[in-house]
Amino acid sequence: MVKVLDRLGVDVEFPPEQTCCGQPAFNSGYREDARAVAERFLIVFGNALKESRDEETYIVCPSGSCTAMLKVFYKELLATDPEQLNKLEIITKKTYEFSEFLINVMKTADVGARYDGVVTYHDSCHLLRELGVKDEPRRLIEAVRGIELREMELHDSCCGFGGTFSIKFPRVSVSMLDEKIDCIVGSGADTVVSSDMGCLMNIGGALSRRNIPVKVMHIAELLAQTGSERG
Amino acid sequence: MGYEKINFETDSGRAVDDEKLQRALVNVTNRFRSARQKASSEVPGWDELRTLGREIKKETIENLDRYLLMLEENVKKAGGQVHWARDGEEACAIIIGIARRNNVKSVVKSKSMATEEVELNTALEKAGIRAVETDLGEYIIQLAGEHPSHIIAPAVHKTKDDISRLFSEKLGVPYLSEPEELTKVARERMRSEFLNAGMGISGANFAVAETGTIVIVENEGNARLTTTVPRIHVALAGIEKIIPRYNDLSLFLTLLARSATGQKSSTYVSFITGPRRKTDKDGPEEFHLVLLDNGRSGILANEETRESLYCIRCGACLNNCPVYRKVGGHSYGWVYSGPIGAIINPQLLGIDKAPELPFASSLCGACRDVCPVRIDFPRVLLELRHEVKESKAEKGKGFELFIERISFRLWRTIVTHEKLYGAASTLMYYLLKPFRGKGGNLGSLPYPFSRWTQDRDFPAIASTPFRERWKKLKWEIGQGGPGKGIR
Repeated sequence: MVKVLDRLGVDVEFPPEQTCCGQPAFNSGYREDARAVAERFLIVFGNALKESRDEETYIVCPSGSCTAMLKVFYKELLATDPEQLNKLEIITKKTYEFSEFLINVMKTADVGARYDGVVTYHDSCHLLRELGVKDEPRRLIEAVRGIELREMELHDSCCGFGGTFSIKFPRVSVSMLDEKIDCIVGSGADTVVSSDMGCLMNIGGALSRRNIPVKVMHIAELLAQTGSERG
Repeated sequence: MGYEKINFETDSGRAVDDEKLQRALVNVTNRFRSARQKASSEVPGWDELRTLGREIKKETIENLDRYLLMLEENVKKAGGQVHWARDGEEACAIIIGIARRNNVKSVVKSKSMATEEVELNTALEKAGIRAVETDLGEYIIQLAGEHPSHIIAPAVHKTKDDISRLFSEKLGVPYLSEPEELTKVARERMRSEFLNAGMGISGANFAVAETGTIVIVENEGNARLTTTVPRIHVALAGIEKIIPRYNDLSLFLTLLARSATGQKSSTYVSFITGPRRKTDKDGPEEFHLVLLDNGRSGILANEETRESLYCIRCGACLNNCPVYRKVGGHSYGWVYSGPIGAIINPQLLGIDKAPELPFASSLCGACRDVCPVRIDFPRVLLELRHEVKESKAEKGKGFELFIERISFRLWRTIVTHEKLYGAASTLMYYLLKPFRGKGGNLGSLPYPFSRWTQDRDFPAIASTPFRERWKKLKWEIGQGGPGKGIR
């Protein structure tokens, strides 16, 4: 993501105090723990925005799920605290998921990437259904030189990750994953791309276990390719 | 054939191994999904209709007390009788009471999830009253002594072969392989039941407050017979089935039929306002409406989860749920399944009876996208998860729960201190290093991560956390200036 943004002339900063958005605890019902983490997040990124003193400063996150936590679920988590909600509003206005940022803020689909391969895109549930981002990643992929985007069956169907769901009910999770893997393989693509590390970890874990030679890539990784990587 | 304890993990594990069930689930969910997809895309402004449906339901549920009294008044005006049942036991007692007063020995039933919820068949049987299901799916389920596994298609888990065997075993007919032949057998049996029954019991898809009308949608004509042939008709309806105005029906019948089966309208839609009138040629002499609470007023009282009561039982959330598609209806352990079951079973039964169900979802949100009244399932599930952890619902899980709590507290401490966070990343790298297998991935981890690695690998932790790499990266960017730094 840093490479791509840098290529586009964006000045990138990484607030070193940042850790996690708190989603694992929130999704598991531990709201008090999640709230402590969320409040800290708002301080860290609130400060980062203040320090930059530039109107054109954005928070960009390479994950549909974490972005959805911020933009959708923090409202729920912090609902009873008006002070936190004010802080949140300042931050959410500036926050974008990576592909959303490139298309809607940078107004760029072509980021100068090259990738010689057939790619299929897995919609991350949170990016697609919480944030409504569907076309942006596809436009970015299609603008990559040398690439072919081939939609899989059930491309918008959950891969079975679901955070702690994958450990609470592994049999069900893997059964959902099996279907996703069949769809990926069925598409004939040599690379599967998504916008969430959770999905990619899950899908990648199954591909590796089954020795299926399909590459797993985060969309930022794909967009960072210049064509020289494959030798 | 009562419901046993809910055990989602065990039952869902069994379900994913059942190849026959898996095939049946793929077939039925694919069929319903594409039918709904097509039917909803044919209606201009479908999503606006869903919004309108939600708004009407919201207003209705928030003024439920008023609408219920209006309904009662108008049912009475039409010559019907209204009964209030606090719980399942009361509902059964009321219905059995009506049967006894009229010396009814046998009843016919049309499909009703509410009667399933109160386990009416079991109660009738105990009271010495014969009850026969007349919806084909329910008839099959009743013969097999099972429970429905889908809100609108109760026998989806059964194959044609299962049914052929069941009929020949229970009905003493030869093995019939054609669905038409099987249907014919069922139809013949049912005809005599309809003619001999002293009472017909139905559910209600909608109850119109303004007119006292109950509306039943179906495709087989059995509900029409159930509600008109016997001398007495009893309808059992959850109190949330109410809609304010007769005019609202055009919207809700559209939303229901297209979301459920993808039909423009179901084959039969019956509008029942009171018993037969003097001018009517047929119809029942008595009409009773039993209004069932059974935990619903508890949901009403909970502002955060109240929208669970907007549900019109179309089943679209089941058909579009990737979890339901794998685990089927029985894994949810009680009457309702899929996303709607995951949110209302724990609320109707009490959260301590089904604390697993709010977690039986990957929170993918596909259900919300198809819900005709836009129930925000992920939000309600998250709220219920919170309630589970705040309550003593999981006290049976003592040690495991203790470990979980401690882990989250520890995690919280780590992620609220960036130095600890950095150190923990490095520690994880070294702790997990010995578990590396082929390609550097982790193939086998200790419990609880073994639950991940039993069927998939886990990626190795980066040797240098990003926050460390960033220092170098930033320097590189700085060297070249934006756009020229890193390659």
